[in-house]
Amino acid sequence: MKTKPTKPKSAPPKARPAKAKSDTFVMRLYVAGQTPKSMAAFANLKKICEEHLAGRYQIDVIDLLENPQLARGDQILAIPTLVRKLPEPVRKIIGDLSNTERVLIGLDLLPRG
Amino acid sequence: MAKSRTQLPKSPTGIQGLDEITGGGLPKGRPTLICGGAGCGKTLLAMEFLVRGARQFNEPGVFMAFEETAKDLTKNVVSLGFDLKDLIARKKMVLDFVYIERSEIEETGEYDLEGLFIRLGQAIDAVHAKRVVLDTIESLFSGLPNPLIVRAELRRLFRWLKEKGVTAIITGERGTETLTRQGLEEYVSDCVIVLDHRVSDQVSSRRLRVVKYRGSTHGTNEYPFLIDEDGILVLPVTSLGLQHIVSTKRIPSGVARLDAMLGGAGYYRGSSVLISGTAGTGKSSFAAHFAEATCRRGERALYFAFEESPSQIVRNMRSIGIDLEPWVQKGLLRFQAARPTLAGLEMHLTTMHKTINTFKPQVVIVDQLNSFVIGDNETEVKSMLMRLADFLKTNQITGMFTNLTAGRGALEQTKVAISSLFDTWLLLRDIEIGGERNRCLNILKSRGMAHSNQIREFLLTDHGVELRDVYVGASGVLTGSARLAQEAQEEAGKLTRQQETERRQLGLERKRKALEGQIAAMRTEFEAQETETLSIIGQEQVGEAQLVQERVDMGLSRKADAKPNKQKEASK
Repeated sequence: MKTKPTKPKSAPPKARPAKAKSDTFVMRLYVAGQTPKSMAAFANLKKICEEHLAGRYQIDVIDLLENPQLARGDQILAIPTLVRKLPEPVRKIIGDLSNTERVLIGLDLLPRG
Repeated sequence: MAKSRTQLPKSPTGIQGLDEITGGGLPKGRPTLICGGAGCGKTLLAMEFLVRGARQFNEPGVFMAFEETAKDLTKNVVSLGFDLKDLIARKKMVLDFVYIERSEIEETGEYDLEGLFIRLGQAIDAVHAKRVVLDTIESLFSGLPNPLIVRAELRRLFRWLKEKGVTAIITGERGTETLTRQGLEEYVSDCVIVLDHRVSDQVSSRRLRVVKYRGSTHGTNEYPFLIDEDGILVLPVTSLGLQHIVSTKRIPSGVARLDAMLGGAGYYRGSSVLISGTAGTGKSSFAAHFAEATCRRGERALYFAFEESPSQIVRNMRSIGIDLEPWVQKGLLRFQAARPTLAGLEMHLTTMHKTINTFKPQVVIVDQLNSFVIGDNETEVKSMLMRLADFLKTNQITGMFTNLTAGRGALEQTKVAISSLFDTWLLLRDIEIGGERNRCLNILKSRGMAHSNQIREFLLTDHGVELRDVYVGASGVLTGSARLAQEAQEEAGKLTRQQETERRQLGLERKRKALEGQIAAMRTEFEAQETETLSIIGQEQVGEAQLVQERVDMGLSRKADAKPNKQKEASK
């Protein structure tokens, strides 16, 4: 696994890097409308990514109220759910991402245990 | 949509028997909880509810599976004739598999299950579903962290389902102390159905019970159900009232002298007859007679054999002069043989129902009941029999059941305590007298007819069952050798009496002859005397005449006139 908290080659912080490189985190955040939990989740995610994945992450926010059919594809039940599509394996993190440590564990940025 | 109504509307399940128990189906627009252990048929029941809803009641449905994939589900129900692919293609059904894997999920704070709501909502809208199945929603508890949130969300979900106006089935795994492992019954309280699958002595049987049905009456018993190639079949007992029409027509038993015992005409049509007896007392023979008599009348008889194979029965019955073979060939007699252990009671009952419905017999013979009693399932056997007997009666079919009673125990007791179900009860038994056993028959009861109260001996001869005359001895009815001895004794007595009469007649004759002899002798004597007397008289007359002559002669010689003298003599 090439998942390490920090990497020497760190690009300048960008919310959405253009292309997904092999070590780029591709994530989808599923929300249902602009609920406080969703807003909080997005803000928390942004903050964590900036701190730990600066320049190598990509976040797609999917609002299920607008695209309900997308819930099936990623097996979404809980809202908000963050799905790490890349690097594999797929990880799911549910909740408002307020527990930074658990988010890092969920993203394999911290060792489990 | 429609939420509040004055009377509880119901959504028919289309499942045979279940609608009868629930009085029309599940509560419309409300969630119903179906719980039970693994493999008890929850998923299937839920699926059948949807499939039948889509097919028969034009109510499309959504099946949300948490445990099996859509592919597996589709494959699993094909054997029941449910073509899910077709229903899905025709937009009558949505099959959504919800995949939850605990190890892939990290919880990082507050969440809700809006995603599930959205998915469900979308599926419902896609086909305008009226029915929803969530199978098994408890997976959420194991798949998602923080059960508190799950609980709160489930509560919301059920409320939401009610608002949507869909009739929902929620399945739940049975818990140790609660109906479901996660206490779902707290949330779904409108209707709760418990399924059960137990194995008793290697035979499995399925049960269904409506624990609760808010706002409606329902059957509270445990009802056996089974899953066959047509889906689920629940067999309610209480739905069958005792309202069958009774016939006054009689049909012969096939044994003429038995008919005579049965008020002279045999059994009632549509009645149920029990023949009980110890091993080898000829129960099957009576059954075969009855079957043969039925076929002889041109009616159909169905013979359920649970102990012997059809060919064995045919062979054995031929040995006592009953040839069943031609009737089988003519299609009037049908054997259905199966080992009782082959399937559960309900399965047997259903196959019996099916065969009866297709063959439409006038007479059904079940040989024999005990085969079903395995271990301590007597109550089940009883309820099964009750259903079978009721079913037969409702259809005006005469049923004959044989029952093996154990050895020397209480003979007048059926193994399954079912005697009250039967109208006529023939008891066959061995009577042990003088070192031999003999078969006897008596009619313990026969409702609605004046039947014989005698214990009759019968023989299995080469021309069938033959009832013998009754010989009553000092110690009861005489049978076998004792009866033969009695017969011989009576024969001897008769002979003696005959000889005595002859002797008497002879004596009389002799006496008469003696008397006649005496009479003859006396007559001879008399005749002798008579002759003697007459000769004496004759001599005397001659003598007198001589005297007269002599006197005349003398007078003549004295020259006297003879005549005046004579006249003188005479006038003197």
